[in-house]
Amino acid sequence: MGFQHIKNIKVSGVSACVPKHIEDNRELELLGNAEQIAKFIETTGIITRHTVTGQDIRTSDMCYTAAEQLISELGWDKNDIDVLLFVSQTGDYILPATSCILQGRLGLSNDCFTMDISLGCSGWIHGMATIGALLQNGSFKKGLLLAGDTSTMTKSPKDKSSYPLFGDGGTATALEYEEGAEGLKIHTSTDGNAHQAIIIPDGGFRNFYTEESFIEKEYEDGSIRHNLHTYLDGPAVFTFGITKGPRSITGLAQHYDINLDNVDYFVMHQANKFLVEKVRKKIKVGPEKVPYSLDEYGNTSCSSIPLTMVTRMGEELRGKPLEIMSCGFGVGLSWGSVYFKTAGIVCPEITYI
Amino acid sequence: MKEKFIELFKEVLENEDKEVNMDDQFRDYDEWDSLTYLSVIAMLDDEFDVIIETEDFKKIRTVGDLLAEVEKRTA
Repeated sequence: MGFQHIKNIKVSGVSACVPKHIEDNRELELLGNAEQIAKFIETTGIITRHTVTGQDIRTSDMCYTAAEQLISELGWDKNDIDVLLFVSQTGDYILPATSCILQGRLGLSNDCFTMDISLGCSGWIHGMATIGALLQNGSFKKGLLLAGDTSTMTKSPKDKSSYPLFGDGGTATALEYEEGAEGLKIHTSTDGNAHQAIIIPDGGFRNFYTEESFIEKEYEDGSIRHNLHTYLDGPAVFTFGITKGPRSITGLAQHYDINLDNVDYFVMHQANKFLVEKVRKKIKVGPEKVPYSLDEYGNTSCSSIPLTMVTRMGEELRGKPLEIMSCGFGVGLSWGSVYFKTAGIVCPEITYI
Repeated sequence: MKEKFIELFKEVLENEDKEVNMDDQFRDYDEWDSLTYLSVIAMLDDEFDVIIETEDFKKIRTVGDLLAEVEKRTA
C-alpha cells in the first residue's frame, strides 16, 4: 500500500544553502532565439538558477553550511544529534559515504547513526520516512536530514532538454522525537522498471567508465551528450509526474482522512511549472497554496521542497502553525508525499556560498 | 470527436490557421518541439482523460494514428 503513519516525531527546523553563482536562462544561447527563450521560460517558469559551474562548491559543502546554520539557530548541542542522513546522487566519493564525512566535519558524536540515501527528486520524502522511522521509538532523539545535489555537474551544457532546468542546492531539516506528536503521514512508491527514464548510463559498476564514456554523441532531439551525462526522457517523466503526483497526494489524503481544504501549503518538487501546475489543477488546489522557488533556483532535485519552504514560506514557518503536504517524484522512478504539521519552527534565511 | 481533437491539436501547435490532415506526420511540423510534445500529453489528459505512455506514443506517427489511439482509449 505504501502508506505509513510515523508518530511521536516533530519537524523542528529547516534551512537551505545555494551557490552565489547565477546562470540566467534569458541569456542562454542553448535555448535558441529570443522567442524560443521566452517560450521556454513561460512553460517551465525557470528564469535563473544558482549553480556550482566553475567553482569547487560541492553538495556536501552546501549541506554542511545549511546544517551548521540550523544547529546554531536551534541551539542544539552537537553531542545530542543521534542521526545524520545524507540524501543525494552527487556525493563526494564513490566511497566512503558522504554522511560519514559530514559527521566528522560537523563535529557530531561518534555515536551518531549516519547513512547515505541515493535518491533524487523524491529523496526528501523518502528521507523524511527514513529519519522518522529511526527516531520514532525514542532511542534516538534528534536527527538531521541533509538533502542536496549538484545536478548541473551531471548535465550536458549542450542538452537543452535538461541543462536549463536544473540548479544546485543543499538543505538541512531537523526532526525530533516528541512523545504524543502527530508525526508524519507518508506515501511512498517505486517503479524500477522505468529506471531508464532518468539515467547516467556509465560510471557506475554496471557500465564502468571507459574512454568511450567521454565521447559526445548527437541524439534525435538535437541534444549532445556523453554517457557520464544524465539522460532525461522528458515526455516519459512528464507523463509519470502528472499521473503519479496527484494520485500520491489524494491517495494519502484518503488513506488518513486528511481534509485537503485545511492544508495551508502544498510544497511540490520543483520539476518545472508546466508539470507542477498540472498536478495542482488535478488536486483542485488554488495557486496561492502552491509556492514556487523554481523561477529563481530551477529544479534543485531533492533540495527543492525544503528550499521552497525556506525561500517562500520562511516567515510563516517561523511565525505560525501550518499544515503542509509535500510531494516529490522523479529518478528511480520513485515518488511519494509527506503530510505534517508545524508549530513555529526554526527557519533561517537562505545562505549563499 | 475528430473536430474537437483537431481544434485542440491546433491550439497546442499555437497556430489556429494550421491545416491539419490525418496523414500528417506531426513530428515534421515546424511548430513541433519537445515542449509541444509535453503540451499534447497534457491536452490529451485534460480534455480526453487519456494518458498515452511514452513507449506507445513513440509508435504513433500521424495525426490520424493519434486520433485513433484516443478514440480506442475513450471507447
